[in-house]
Amino acid sequence: MDALIEAHQLRKVFGDITAVDSITLRVKRGEVLGFLGPNGAGKSTTMKMITGFLEPDSGRAVICGHDVQDEPKLAKGKLGYVPEGAPSYSEMTPRSFLSFIAEIRGFRGPEIDKRISTAAERTGLEPVLDQTIETLSKGYKRRVGVAQAILHDPPVLVMDEPTDGLDPNQKHHVRELIKTMAADKAIIISTHILEEVEAVCSRAVVINRGAIVADGTAEDLLHRIRHHGAVSVRVPSDRSDAAIRLLKDAQLVAGVETLAKANGHSHIRALPREGILDAAKVAALLRSEAIPIDELYVERGRLDEVFRQITTSDDQKRDKNREGAADA
Amino acid sequence: MRETFENAWIIAKREFRAYFATPLAIVFLTIFVALTGAFAFYIGNFFDRGQADLYPFFAYHPWLYLLLVPAVAMRLWAEERKTGTIELLMTLPVSPVEAILGKFFAAWAFIGLALLLTFPMWITVNALGDPDNGVILTSYIGSFLMAGAFLAIGSFVSAMTKNQVIAFILAATIAFIFTMSGFEMVQNAVKTWMPDFITQAISSMSVLAHFERITRGVLEAPTLVYFASMIVFFLFATVLAVEQKKAE
Repeated sequence: MDALIEAHQLRKVFGDITAVDSITLRVKRGEVLGFLGPNGAGKSTTMKMITGFLEPDSGRAVICGHDVQDEPKLAKGKLGYVPEGAPSYSEMTPRSFLSFIAEIRGFRGPEIDKRISTAAERTGLEPVLDQTIETLSKGYKRRVGVAQAILHDPPVLVMDEPTDGLDPNQKHHVRELIKTMAADKAIIISTHILEEVEAVCSRAVVINRGAIVADGTAEDLLHRIRHHGAVSVRVPSDRSDAAIRLLKDAQLVAGVETLAKANGHSHIRALPREGILDAAKVAALLRSEAIPIDELYVERGRLDEVFRQITTSDDQKRDKNREGAADA
Repeated sequence: MRETFENAWIIAKREFRAYFATPLAIVFLTIFVALTGAFAFYIGNFFDRGQADLYPFFAYHPWLYLLLVPAVAMRLWAEERKTGTIELLMTLPVSPVEAILGKFFAAWAFIGLALLLTFPMWITVNALGDPDNGVILTSYIGSFLMAGAFLAIGSFVSAMTKNQVIAFILAATIAFIFTMSGFEMVQNAVKTWMPDFITQAISSMSVLAHFERITRGVLEAPTLVYFASMIVFFLFATVLAVEQKKAE
């Protein structure tokens, strides 16, 4: 199946700030793309161009084969969009609001009620369907926004921070919903919560300063960390020198570093020569010298570390040149 | 074409209902009816004139509309932008023209309802005498058209700002300029130092001059064209303003 969402060289400039600089993306059916980046990196601007709300200065976005600028109605008909903060008309009830959306989406008669009840059921909105939206909790408001986007069961879903500001249960609920829909849709969600990427996304794209700086699975991203696949061990401090010597001499190990010493224990990290270091071999090696092991585990690295590594390394250089420049 | 009409209709329905979501709509309608009546009776000397017509009632509509119509129009786009729903609306399969028409017609229908609610004036004048109901009907139509022109101005201004108060003040100011340009005082001031054709051009731009003729029972093509082009022009300006400003 071809890509349902295609963005070619999208570019948007606000004043003298380049918010998005030639972003190219393809999302296929069945893919959930996590769009990551620090605040002001250009995530929202990119999504606004993909959904046709903003006109790009150059480049184009295509939804299901329809160029968003040339055939806006056809493209938008295939699209469900939850804008940042999931705005909705607060004086309406979810039922009347969804009914309005259904009518605009071309549904008529009993089909409207059917669509509303399906969407309400999937998002857990049933108990509040007839309360005005302004009286609802943040979690329910967000669900109204999601219900609105999935009402017409679109092949393409774009959600700007769909779980922002929700409590852990609500986050879980939204993620489960995204997972159940993932199989037959192309989905983009933006987030700066990294656990979300691991929880729901099949692919992660990191953008910084308007450009893509990483693209791959969560696992691929983790590989970018130096100590990915390293083995950490905790041994009594009086035996740490022996342990370090032993590990340094081992074939598999590229290097050894001491992370911390506390309470009579040392925390040592052995870096792999390639791939992931075999924990069993490390354990066997230490045991051969009768070094007691308090703790031993393989490090995967955390997504935040990758995130920080790839979004700050070149920032610091640039910040010196453009201090005070506002984020777009 | 049919799709444009349908979508505009769906948006207009939603928008019209939104006016009644708060008691403000009722307050507005009450003030509208009370003020138009009060002006007719107290300032227009409805009784003392000893004539069975609604001239004193309609004569003050331009001045009342200066404040009442911008109050109806101010939320049209400013609120959409402030709450962010414009992003939702503009990513639905709806063209900006459909959205703008839908919202405009909802507001116009709301003013139309307010005008209809002044029917006791019509009953009163018919009970007291034998008025020319043709002139009254023409005046109602004229008043409605004038409200449409002011609304289109209000719609445009509302699309230019997120702030409803600013939208209100700007719309009232622009409407005031369009009204005043036909006022005798302004005309006399201009006449002394401007060539005739400019004086006439300014006068023909005036809402007041056109409305005056309608309330005398003369509904002519130039007047219809004037109001229609005011509406079309400012709605077109709204399209540009929405496109330009929506993302700010």
